[in-house]
Amino acid sequence: MKVVRYLALSVAAVLFLIPFYLVLRNGLASEQEITSPNWTFWPSEIRWENFAELFANPAVPLVRSLINSVLVAVLQTAGQLLLCGLAGYGLARIPYRYANVVLYLVIATLMIPAAVTFVPTFVVVSTLGWISDLRGLVIPGLFSGFTTFLFRQYFLNFPREIEEAARMDGLGHWGTYWRVVVPNSKGFFAALGVIAFVTSWNQFLWPLVIAQDQDSWTVQVALSTFLTAQSIEVEQLFLAAAVSITPLVIVFVALQRFLVRGVTETGIKG
Amino acid sequence: MTRSFWLFVGPFFLGLLVFVYVPIGWSVLLSFFDARNTVTPTTFVGFDNYADMLTDGPFLQSLGTFSLFALFVVPLTFVLALALALLVNGIQFMQTFFRSVFFLPFACSYVVASLVWKLSIFNGVRFGLANTLLGWFGEEPIPWTVTPPWYWLVLVTLRLWLQLGFYMILFIAGLQRIPQHLYEAAWIDGASRGWQTLRYITMPQLRTTSVAVLLLLLVAAYQAFDEFYNVLGTDRGYPPFARPPLIYLYYTALGSGGQDFGHGSAGAVILTLLIAGVTLLQGKVITR
Repeated sequence: MKVVRYLALSVAAVLFLIPFYLVLRNGLASEQEITSPNWTFWPSEIRWENFAELFANPAVPLVRSLINSVLVAVLQTAGQLLLCGLAGYGLARIPYRYANVVLYLVIATLMIPAAVTFVPTFVVVSTLGWISDLRGLVIPGLFSGFTTFLFRQYFLNFPREIEEAARMDGLGHWGTYWRVVVPNSKGFFAALGVIAFVTSWNQFLWPLVIAQDQDSWTVQVALSTFLTAQSIEVEQLFLAAAVSITPLVIVFVALQRFLVRGVTETGIKG
Repeated sequence: MTRSFWLFVGPFFLGLLVFVYVPIGWSVLLSFFDARNTVTPTTFVGFDNYADMLTDGPFLQSLGTFSLFALFVVPLTFVLALALALLVNGIQFMQTFFRSVFFLPFACSYVVASLVWKLSIFNGVRFGLANTLLGWFGEEPIPWTVTPPWYWLVLVTLRLWLQLGFYMILFIAGLQRIPQHLYEAAWIDGASRGWQTLRYITMPQLRTTSVAVLLLLLVAAYQAFDEFYNVLGTDRGYPPFARPPLIYLYYTALGSGGQDFGHGSAGAVILTLLIAGVTLLQGKVITR
């Protein structure tokens, strides 16, 4: 039985790794080798000069789009943790007469996926004049009812004794939150932060709608444009894809513990 | 108390109003108006936009496309993710390695996956991976992404590859919450280690996880856009087949053929109601 199990797992693992292999193989080969009718398992000589050609290609705003993606992902992650963390704590711990009304308005948005409302949100953002603008890419994605809800559930279970000790020391809600609650919740913030970063880096529909000028493209929009228009060399396209997934592969290797926790936290309560 | 409540909740709530509630309200308003190339309501048309969307053809066809896609993707992902979770959870040696490998595609965007599927695995010419394999068996190459039903194979395998690891993680978390003594009791009672414990202990204990996974899968399938746009779209536009609802809305509201926000908004409202309906229905099942 054990042998069958490991055999099945190994076959599945090979299948799962094939796309990564193809990205590297095609990114480091010459175009002739990729389009040759005889399949070669690995490029006969690795063309490192593909990197230089890719980054030197004036038709490919890869560096600019990578910078945009980093800005969007970092700002969205930080902004979401800040805004949704505060709101989740307020909803969990600060008594207020209309807190329930606010909570219901937050919960109601959980049933409406952001992707479905991209047309109406686009209408508002274009009225604000945020088309092809970093603000338009980042700000509408900050107000996640789902993240706020998760924070509220988490803070409801936060040990009250720790907070009461802080109150004894004369801290108000604000001081308690920043000096006691946040430092004791690093794991939870890291878990939701990693998920927010991965989601933001990989999102496509919203940047496609908003980033209409080439200067505001994120790396996903840039890749998609080259793919659908087939406007650049095929090996450069694959190499650009490899470059675009590198930051997330690093996140995966370095922060997998938080990532797995984040998936379970966000998935189950979905 | 009021002051500190709004200090914490205010900034988020203001954003929620401006970027979620105002757009939805505006959209409902626009859906009753004729609004082409403008986001200000111009002529009131009552329910005409809705009537068009629900009789016209393309939008209903796109809902049909979604249902077909969901019919393949949802059960397949569910079963395969559960199978992977059971396999990974049942081993000790190299467990982390296998879990990481299956989860790794989650690091890729749909755009990257589309690139690999369209230009390498399912490239229609002779040097594509799938056609190379066919060639070894003496078969003719297939233009995968432009021939029905083959493009469904492309789209479904792509989504499976990207999603399976995520749902596998959810199932593993669910499996690890099942108390071990339940299994021990079953073995003492003479249950076989395979099918019987799966049927009578594992599956009932995984009920909450299963319902959550089904809901997530269904809502995710409703929102399919990225891989359809990137695999099937070209710089000359999108082919007339295999249009999921968001693709249809994208080309109606933002396509080069004129920005029709009236019809686009009506479609968004219909889709939102559908998804909210599914969510409520599933919520009833969970809390029952």
